[in-house]
Amino acid sequence: MTNSENLIALLVAAPLLGAVVLLCGGRRLDRSGHWIGTLFAAASFVVGAVLFVDMLGKGADERAMHQSLYDWIPVEGFQADVAFQLDQLSMTFVLLITGVGSLIHVYSIGYMEHDERRRRFFGYLNLFLAAMLLLVLADNYLLLYVGWEGVGLASYLLIGFWQHKPSAATAAKKAFLVNRVGDMGLSIAIMLMFTTFGTFTFGPVLEATGETSEGTLTAIGLLLLLAACGKSAQVPLQSWLGDAMEGPTPVSALIHAATMVTAGVYLITRSGAIFNAAPDAQLAVAVVGAVTLIFGAIVGCAKDDIKKALAGSTMSQIGYMILAAGLGPIGYAFAIMHLVTHGFFKAGLFLGAGSVMHGMNDEVDMRKYGGLRKYMPITFVTFGLGYLAIIGFPGLSGFFSKDKIIEAAFAKGGTEGWILGCTALLGAAITAYYMTRVMLLTFFGEKRWQPAPDPDKAPSVEPGIEVHPGEMPHPHESPKSMTIPMVVLAFGSVFAGGLFSLNDSFVNWLKPVTEFEHGHPPISATVITSATVVALVIGLGIAYVQYGRRPVPTLAPRGSLLTRAARRDLLQDDFNHVVLVRGGEHLTRSLVYVDHTLVDGVVNGTAASFGGLSGRLRKLQNGYARTYAVSMFGGTAVLIAATLLMRAV
Amino acid sequence: MSATAVHSLWTTAAEPIDKIPAPTVEYAQLAPALIVVGAAIVGVLVEAFVPRKVRYHVQVFLTVVALVAAFAAVVALAAGGYGTTKARIAAMGAIAVDGPALFLQGTILLASLVAVFTFAERRLDPEAHGNRVDSFAAQTASVPGSDSEKAAVKAGFTTTEVFPLVLFAITGMLVFPAANDLLTLFIALEVFSLPLYLLCAVARRKRLMSQEAAVKYFLLGAFSSAILLFGIAMLYGYAGSVSYAKIADVVDGSVRTIDPALADTMGNDALLLIGGAMILVGLLFKVGAVPFHMWTPDVYQGAPTPVTGFMAAATKVAAFGALLRLLYVVLPGMSWDWRPVLWAIAIITMLGGAIVAITQTDIKRLLAYSSIAHAGFILAGVIATTPDGISSVMFYLAAYSFVTIGAFAVVTLVRDAGGEATHLSKWAGLGRRSPLVAAVFAVFLLAFAGIPLTSGFTGKFAVFKAAAEGGAGALVVVGVISSAIAAFFYIRVIVLMFFSEPKAEGPTVAVPSPLTMTTIAVGVAVTLVLGVVPQYFLDLASQAGVFVR
Repeated sequence: MTNSENLIALLVAAPLLGAVVLLCGGRRLDRSGHWIGTLFAAASFVVGAVLFVDMLGKGADERAMHQSLYDWIPVEGFQADVAFQLDQLSMTFVLLITGVGSLIHVYSIGYMEHDERRRRFFGYLNLFLAAMLLLVLADNYLLLYVGWEGVGLASYLLIGFWQHKPSAATAAKKAFLVNRVGDMGLSIAIMLMFTTFGTFTFGPVLEATGETSEGTLTAIGLLLLLAACGKSAQVPLQSWLGDAMEGPTPVSALIHAATMVTAGVYLITRSGAIFNAAPDAQLAVAVVGAVTLIFGAIVGCAKDDIKKALAGSTMSQIGYMILAAGLGPIGYAFAIMHLVTHGFFKAGLFLGAGSVMHGMNDEVDMRKYGGLRKYMPITFVTFGLGYLAIIGFPGLSGFFSKDKIIEAAFAKGGTEGWILGCTALLGAAITAYYMTRVMLLTFFGEKRWQPAPDPDKAPSVEPGIEVHPGEMPHPHESPKSMTIPMVVLAFGSVFAGGLFSLNDSFVNWLKPVTEFEHGHPPISATVITSATVVALVIGLGIAYVQYGRRPVPTLAPRGSLLTRAARRDLLQDDFNHVVLVRGGEHLTRSLVYVDHTLVDGVVNGTAASFGGLSGRLRKLQNGYARTYAVSMFGGTAVLIAATLLMRAV
Repeated sequence: MSATAVHSLWTTAAEPIDKIPAPTVEYAQLAPALIVVGAAIVGVLVEAFVPRKVRYHVQVFLTVVALVAAFAAVVALAAGGYGTTKARIAAMGAIAVDGPALFLQGTILLASLVAVFTFAERRLDPEAHGNRVDSFAAQTASVPGSDSEKAAVKAGFTTTEVFPLVLFAITGMLVFPAANDLLTLFIALEVFSLPLYLLCAVARRKRLMSQEAAVKYFLLGAFSSAILLFGIAMLYGYAGSVSYAKIADVVDGSVRTIDPALADTMGNDALLLIGGAMILVGLLFKVGAVPFHMWTPDVYQGAPTPVTGFMAAATKVAAFGALLRLLYVVLPGMSWDWRPVLWAIAIITMLGGAIVAITQTDIKRLLAYSSIAHAGFILAGVIATTPDGISSVMFYLAAYSFVTIGAFAVVTLVRDAGGEATHLSKWAGLGRRSPLVAAVFAVFLLAFAGIPLTSGFTGKFAVFKAAAEGGAGALVVVGVISSAIAAFFYIRVIVLMFFSEPKAEGPTVAVPSPLTMTTIAVGVAVTLVLGVVPQYFLDLASQAGVFVR
C-alpha cells in the first residue's frame, strides 16, 4: 500500500462522524444508537489494524507517516496545520484506544441497556474516541491541544452523565476545574514553544532542543508536567480522579483507567527530547511519579468503595508510568509498555467491578460483598487474572512491565536511583496488599450482603436498575455482551506482557521514536526481580492475614490515623479547601470589595459627574433665539481670535 | 473655454462691459441638479394648475421620478469617468464635477429619496373628516386654532407644496458640495436653506412649536449667512477673486500679480484669516458644530419628523461636502492656521453633544444632540487632511444619513392621542408591545453608538483611523471617550424599550404604508450591509476621494 497515510484521518473521522450522527440524530436513533456507536468505534479499530499491518511491512526507520489535511490558521509567521503523524508511538495508542474502546462499547451495550439516554452515552463515547485519537495523532502541539481539550470535554460529559445525581454533577465539575489548571500549563507551554521555536510541529520543535537554553526548556518541561499532572491525576492535581468514579463504570474503565488518564504519559514521552535536555524537569517528573505511586496506593488500601479503590490503584499505576517517563531514554519504552498492559488489566478490573455491581443491586461497598466467586464465575476468573496481572504475578503482563520499570528506576544511578527504586518496590508491595484486599473482600469469605437500601435515602442507584427496598441482592453472571469484553481483556492481561518482552520486541518497536538505552542497575536484574517477587508475597500475605483469615465487619472500623486520612483521600480535598478555596474566597472577597468601592466608585462617580455636567450645560439651551445668537457671535469672535493668534504664534 | 479664463467673469468686473464673454454651460455635467430644479419648477406649476384631488399623487410621482432620474444621471457621470479621470470644473468655474461631488450628490439623492417616502406617508395620522392626511398642516397660512384652519382641515386640504420645496432644497444641496467659487457656495446655501426654513414650519400637530422652530432656524440661519457673506467679501478683498482655484493660488503665494483696484487689501493675511474663519463659521453652523449648534435641538424637535430626518441627513452631507472642498481646495495652504481651531471645535462638539444628550428626555432632542456629537466625529476625519480623511468622511456621511432617516422614520410610528409620542418615558416597554419596531430602532441606536457589524462602527473606525494617521491621535482619544459617553444614552433607550414595564396608557405603534416601511427597511439594510461587508463602499469612497482643482 502506498497511500496508506491517507487513511490516518479516517481513524479520527469515523468516531467523530459517529458522535455527530448520534448527538444530532435525535430520538429516532434511540433504538439503534448503541449499534451505530459500536460500529464506528470498531471501524476505527479496523482502520488502525490495517495501518498497523502496513506499518509492520516497512523498515523500522520508514514507519512514520504524515498526512496533512489543510492549513488551519494560515497567518504570516504563524503556521498551524491540521496534520497527522502516525509513528510507532501513536500506533500503539491507536490500537489501545480503538481496541479497548471497541470492547468497552460492546460492554456498554449490556451495561447501559436500561438507560433512557443510552444513545447520548454512545455519542459521548464516540466523541471521546475521536478526541483521544486526535490527541495522539496530531503532528503538532496546537492540534494536540485540541484533542487534549476534547477528551476533557468528553470526560466532563461522561462523569456527569447521571447529572440528576448531585454527586455526579459535582464530580464532573471538579474534574473539569482541576483539569483546567493542568490545561493552563499546556497552553502556556505551547505559547512558550512558539516564542522559542517559532513553530508547533513536533519535528522542528524536538530537533531544535539542542540550540535552546536549558532554562527555557526546563520551564517548558515543568509546564508540560503540570499539564500531565492534571490529565493523569498526579500529585498535586490528583483530587478529581476518585470523584470521577461517579460516572458509569464503562467510562471509568475506558477514560479513567485505560486511555485518557494516560495522556500525560504520552505527552511526556512525546516531548522526550525536551526533558532529555532539561534534567531538572526530568527529575521533577520522576519525583511526581514516585510520590503519586505511593499516594495512590495508600488511598487504594483504605477505600471500601470498589471503584474508588481501583481509582487509587490507577493513580498509583500511572505514577509508575510517569516515574518511568521521568527516567529518560532508559524508561520511555517501559512507561508505554506498562501503559498498554495496564490498559488491558485495569480496564478488565473495572469491567469486572461493573459486572459485580450489576449483580449486586449497584452496591459499591466491598464490605457488603463476599463469596461472590460461586455466583459470578466468569467475572471471578477474568477479574482474578486482572488481579494477578496488576500485582505482577510472575509470567503475567504486569510482572514484565512493572519489573522493567523498577529495574530502570534503580538504573537511574546514584542516590536518586536507590530512592526511586526502593519507592517503586514499596509500591509493588502495597499494590499486592490492596489488590488482594479487593479480591478477598469481593469474591471470598462470608456473604455479607445487605438488603437494598431505601432509594429515597440513597438516591445514588444507577437508573434503570430496578431495586426494591429491602430486597436481598441476587448476584448473577452478567450478559454475554459484558462478559465477552472481559474475557478478551483477560487474555490481554495474561499474555500482552510476555509477548512484548519476547526478544524485547516492544522496545525495538518503539526505539525509533522514543530512543532507548539499556539501563544498568547497580545490582543485578535477577536480584531486583527476586525483590519484586518478595515484595509481592509480603503484601499479599499481610492482606491475607487481615482479610482472609478473620471475618470482615460490614461497617468499617475506625482505623488508625493513616487509615482515616487515606479514606479521605489523604486529606487532599481538605488541603485544597483550606489553601485554595479559602484563599480564593478571601481573594474574591477583597476583589469584590475593591470593585464595589474603588471601581464602582470611579464608574458611578464618572457617570454622576457627567450627568451633573450635562444638567448644567443643558440650562444653556434656554430656548431664546437671542441666547443662541450670542453663542454664535461669541463662537465666531473666539474662532477669529484663535485663528489670528495661531498665526501670531 | 479653459478654467483659468473663466475667472475673468468675476475678477474683471471693473473692466469695460463689452469684455464679458457669453457664459458656456456644460448642461450634461450639471444634469443632476438641473433635473431636480426642473422638477421643482414643474411642481410649482402643478400646485397652480392641477386639481387639488390628484395633486398629492402627481407631486409624489414627480418627486420620486426626478430623484431617481437625477441619481441615474450621477451614476452615468460617474460611469463616464467624471469622478476620476475626466473630473473637471464646469459652468465657467462655478461648479466642480469630480469624485467627491458625485459621491456626495449620489448620497444626497438616495437619502432624499427614502426621506421623501416618509413625506408621502398618509396612513399614520388618523383620517380627518374622511381624508387621509400626512404630517403637514392642512393650510400653512392659517393661524393655529383659527376657524380658517378648522375649515381647511374639514375640507381635507394638505400641504402638497412640501414636495417642490424639498426638491428646491435638494437642488441647493446638490450644488453646495460641488460649488467651486464662493458666490455659488453662498447661493447654493440660500437655495437649500430657505425651503428648509419653510418646511420646518408646516407641522400638522404642535404647530406653534413648529413655527417657533422655523423662526429660530430662520433668524439664526440668516445670522450665519451674514457672517458667511462677510467672510466671502474679505476673502475677495484678500485674493481679488471668489474662485477657489484662484484664492488657493494666492494663499500658496504662487500668484503675486496685484489687481490695481484692490491694491490696498490684496495679500493682507488678516483678511484671509478673518475671512476664512467667518466662512468656516457659516459652514459649521450648518453641520451643527458647537458652539454654533444651539438651533439644532429646538429645530429638530419642532420640525415635522420627516423633515427632521431629511434635514439631519442631507444637510449634513451637503455642508460637510462644502467644508471638505473649502479646506482641501481653497485653504490647504493655511492648514497650520485652521487645524488647531478645528481641533478645538471637534473636541467640544464631540464632548458637548454626547454630554448634553445624557439628560435629554425627548427622543427627537436626544437624536439632535446625537447628531451634534456625530458632527464632531466627522470633523475629526476632516481634520486628518489626508486622502483617507476625505474618503472616510464621505463614507461616514453615507452611513450616517441612512441610519438617521431610518431612526426618525421609526419615531413617526410611535404615536398616542396627541400625535407622535416623543417623550422618552412613553417609550418604556416598547419592546414588549412591538418587538419588531423596537428591535429595528435598537439596530439604529447601536449603529449610532458605533457597535461592530453596523455601519456606524465601520464609519467611526474609518474616520478615527484617518484622524490617527493624519496626526490627530489625541482627537481620536477624545472621540473614543465621547463614543463611550454617547453609548450610555443610546443603550439607555434600548434598556428602556426592552427591560422596563410598559405603561398602561402608553403609545401605540401605527402600522405604516409600504412607503415608510421601505424607508425603514432600506435604513436597516444599508446599516447592516455597510457594517458587515463595507469593503466595496469603502473602495468606492476612496476612489472618489480626490478633489479637482
